[in-house]
Order: sequence, then C-alpha cells, then structure tokens
Amino acid sequence: MFRFLSGFGSYWMLLGRVFAKPEKHSIYYRQTMKELVSLGLRSIGIVTIISFFMGAVITLQTAYNTENPIYPTYLIGLGARDSIILEFSSTIVALILAGKVGSNIASEIGTMRVTEQIDALELMGVNSASYIILPKVVAAVLFNPFLTLISIITGIMGGWIVGTSAGVITSQEYIYGIQYAFIPYYITYSLIKTVVFAFIITTVSAHQGYNVDGGSLEVGRASTKAVVYSSVTILLFNVILTQLLLS
Amino acid sequence: MIRAGHISKSFGGRQVLTDISAVFEPGKTNLIIGKSGSGKTVFLKCLVGLLEVDEGEIYYDNVLFTGLDFRGRKELRKQMGMLFQGSALFDSMTVEENVRFPLDMFTNMSYDEKLERVNFCLDRVNIVNSNSLFPSELSGGMKKRVAIARAIALKPRFLFCDEPNSGLDPKTSIVIDELIREITVELNMTTIVNTHDMNSVMENGEKIIFIEEGAKCWEGNRNEILKSDCRILNDFVFANALARQLKDSSK
Repeated sequence: MFRFLSGFGSYWMLLGRVFAKPEKHSIYYRQTMKELVSLGLRSIGIVTIISFFMGAVITLQTAYNTENPIYPTYLIGLGARDSIILEFSSTIVALILAGKVGSNIASEIGTMRVTEQIDALELMGVNSASYIILPKVVAAVLFNPFLTLISIITGIMGGWIVGTSAGVITSQEYIYGIQYAFIPYYITYSLIKTVVFAFIITTVSAHQGYNVDGGSLEVGRASTKAVVYSSVTILLFNVILTQLLLS
Repeated sequence: MIRAGHISKSFGGRQVLTDISAVFEPGKTNLIIGKSGSGKTVFLKCLVGLLEVDEGEIYYDNVLFTGLDFRGRKELRKQMGMLFQGSALFDSMTVEENVRFPLDMFTNMSYDEKLERVNFCLDRVNIVNSNSLFPSELSGGMKKRVAIARAIALKPRFLFCDEPNSGLDPKTSIVIDELIREITVELNMTTIVNTHDMNSVMENGEKIIFIEEGAKCWEGNRNEILKSDCRILNDFVFANALARQLKDSSK
C-alpha cells in the first residue's frame, strides 16, 4: 500500500514537472514533430494490420452467432460497426499501443537515466522531465485520434472484404448495416477515450522509465511494468469513461 | 571558487559522506581521489546538486548553492559543464547536435554563430570531420572528447569530470588529462576531477583531496603526495611496486 501511494505521489510530482513552462518553445516544437513520427506515424502499420483482421473476425463471429432467420443479415454490419467504434478502435488499439509505444517510451527514458543522459540535461539547467516527456504526451494526444479513425475505417473495411468473400453477408447488406441507426456521438465517445488513453500510455510509461534506478535489468523491468500499469489503468478508465459518457 | 563545508550524505541509513569540507580554486585542476566506493561520485553529485546533501553548505563564489531554489540552481547550472563517466552523449543526436544542444537551449545565437562555436569546440578537442556521426559510431576516447566539447560550449566557469579516464587506454587517458588541464587554464575555470588514475594524479594534481570511506582523509598537491606519511593514502596511491619505488626515490 505504501509503495502504491509513493508511486502515485511521484507520478503526480513528475506530471507537475512535465507541464512546467518549457525553456524554449522552438526546441519543444521540434521534439514534438520528431515524436509525431516516432510514436504516431510508425504505429500506423501495426494499427492498420490489426484493425483489418480484427474487423474481419468480428464480422465473421457476429455472422456465425446470429445464424437465425429472425435476425436480418444487415445486423452483422451494424454489430461489427458498433463493436469496432465503441470498443475495438479505442480500447483494444490503446492496449496494443500500450505494448508498442509504452514499452518503447519506458525503455528509451530508462536507458537515458542509466546512461546519465538525464543527469546531463539536469546539470545543463534543462527541465529533463518536461524536455523528454512533454513532446511525447503532446504527440500521442494529437496523433492517436487519427490512429483511431484509421482503425475504424480499416476495421470496417476488413469486415466488408472478408465477410463478403466468405459469403456470410452480401456487400449491399453490409453497407446498409454499417449505415443503419448510426449514432455520430459514438465516434466522439471513441475519440475522447483515445485522447485519455494516449495520455495514460505516455505518462505512465514515462514515469516508469524516468524513475529507473540501476542498470539494463531494471530498464527491462520498467518496460514490462509500463505495459502492465498502462494496460490496467486503461481498462479502469474505460469503465469510468463509459459510465460517464454513455450513461 | 567552490567551497564545500561539512558535507554529509546518507542513503537509507547508510552514511556515505561524513563531514567533508574543501575549497576548490579557479584556474586549477582540483582532484578528488579515492578507491571505488569511497564516495567520490556521490560527493561530486552533491556539489552539482544532482543529489541533495543531508547536512552542510556549498558555495559557488559567494552564492550559497544549497540555499537556492529550483530556478536559482537552474541559472547557476548554465555556468557549469560536466563530463560524465560514460560520456552521457545524447544517443539520438549527432556529434554536432550534441555540442550545439546547450547553445540551442540557452542562447539566441544564429545558426551560423552556433555552428562556428560548435566547430571551434570540436576543433579544440581535436575532433574533425565527425559532425554528422552518432555517439554509437565513436570510440571511447572520442566520446569523452565530444562530451568535453559539449561541456565547454557555453564557456562554463565550473567544470566537473567524473572519472574521465575510465575505460580508456593509457595514451588516450593522457590526452584527455592534458585537454582538461589546458582548457581549465584557458577558460580560468574551477575544475574538479574525480579519478583513481594515478597518472592523472601526478600530471594534473594541483590540488588533491583524498576520500576514504566517505570522509576526507588527506589534502595536498602532487608534490606533497610523494612525501606524505598518511598510511591509508600511501596504501592507495603507491599500491604497486613501481609506484613504491617512485616514492622511495623521491625521499
């Protein structure tokens, strides 16, 4: 319990330093652009591939579990659409990114810590927490909504291509299904969750990396902890946000 | 000038530094020597504020560093440069970007002015045609020299070097020692070097502090060290037969 409270306290103290006034805006802007490429653009590939196949599987599973003449076939498209928008493209993609981006952030910052690069920044008079972490948070919060939109589009396309190829639904029924009873707020809900999850992934992982004490073994441990803690926090906030935004 | 008074530091009940007082003079290479684990690095990190002291005071000229708040320390740190044991170059930056970093961060110089300063610093440490290389492409000695170039980019008044010769061959170690001594005089810096390299002690030891088990055990210079009767110091400095012969011949 004491360790939890101590870690929680140090997380908030770190956030206080991260959001302090930047030393030089032009340098932070440049760093943010680099992080947009590193954390954002380089995640498009994995998000696209996973979303395509998950969309396909969701469509096939919906089709095989609704093989009943009472249900109209277009419900397969509707079910796939809502599953992808409400849960898959925000929460599941966030969990995947917690693994990819979170471990990357924790190991990068952890390595900077054990090789004294963070000490070097501090000694120069640079707010190391802000210089290293703030651009990552800004980049993820700005870019992850685009990843979610890409995930939604490719997921729905995956369901359409595989669903029609497997013969579980026709193209017309699928397209009718994804348009039927569409609630635009669901997109807003998904994007709000994405922004919160992006903040959680970057800050929780950065906190783990920043507080590494030791050598390469501890960097590995911090990387694992970053993924576990980010994932658990995402799941917790998923429940809270769903209750707040959809109730 | 840096003045440390009655510095004590402990970690979780384990006393690492006990009541260390010392004065480090400008224009001189001040050495802190002692065996591994004696507390040299902790003392150096306390001096630059990377570790908080439990007791004692540290003055930079007449400014009480230990009494400064975060902003005050930040300002003072712009006058400090440090060469870390592992060089601590930024992996994601090239040699040029590493040296330019403090200039980018704290000056309003134009790109050309910064480049001129970077090239001057790199030239000063004998690094040529390596601006676009990354730290992973450099040898240990080159990394140390680039780290020195970065440390002096802002013309600091205080230079700290933590084991500058660790991992280097004897010849490269001498080059690094000479470089530190030369730039200390050129920039009239107060330089403090942590070392257990006896060659450095004999070459650069204008002022030497010997730390044993976290306490100051002896203070003097390279000439006095040869005549010292301090048994613990002699056991450390003249640990091998050749060094003992040197001491005997100096008597």
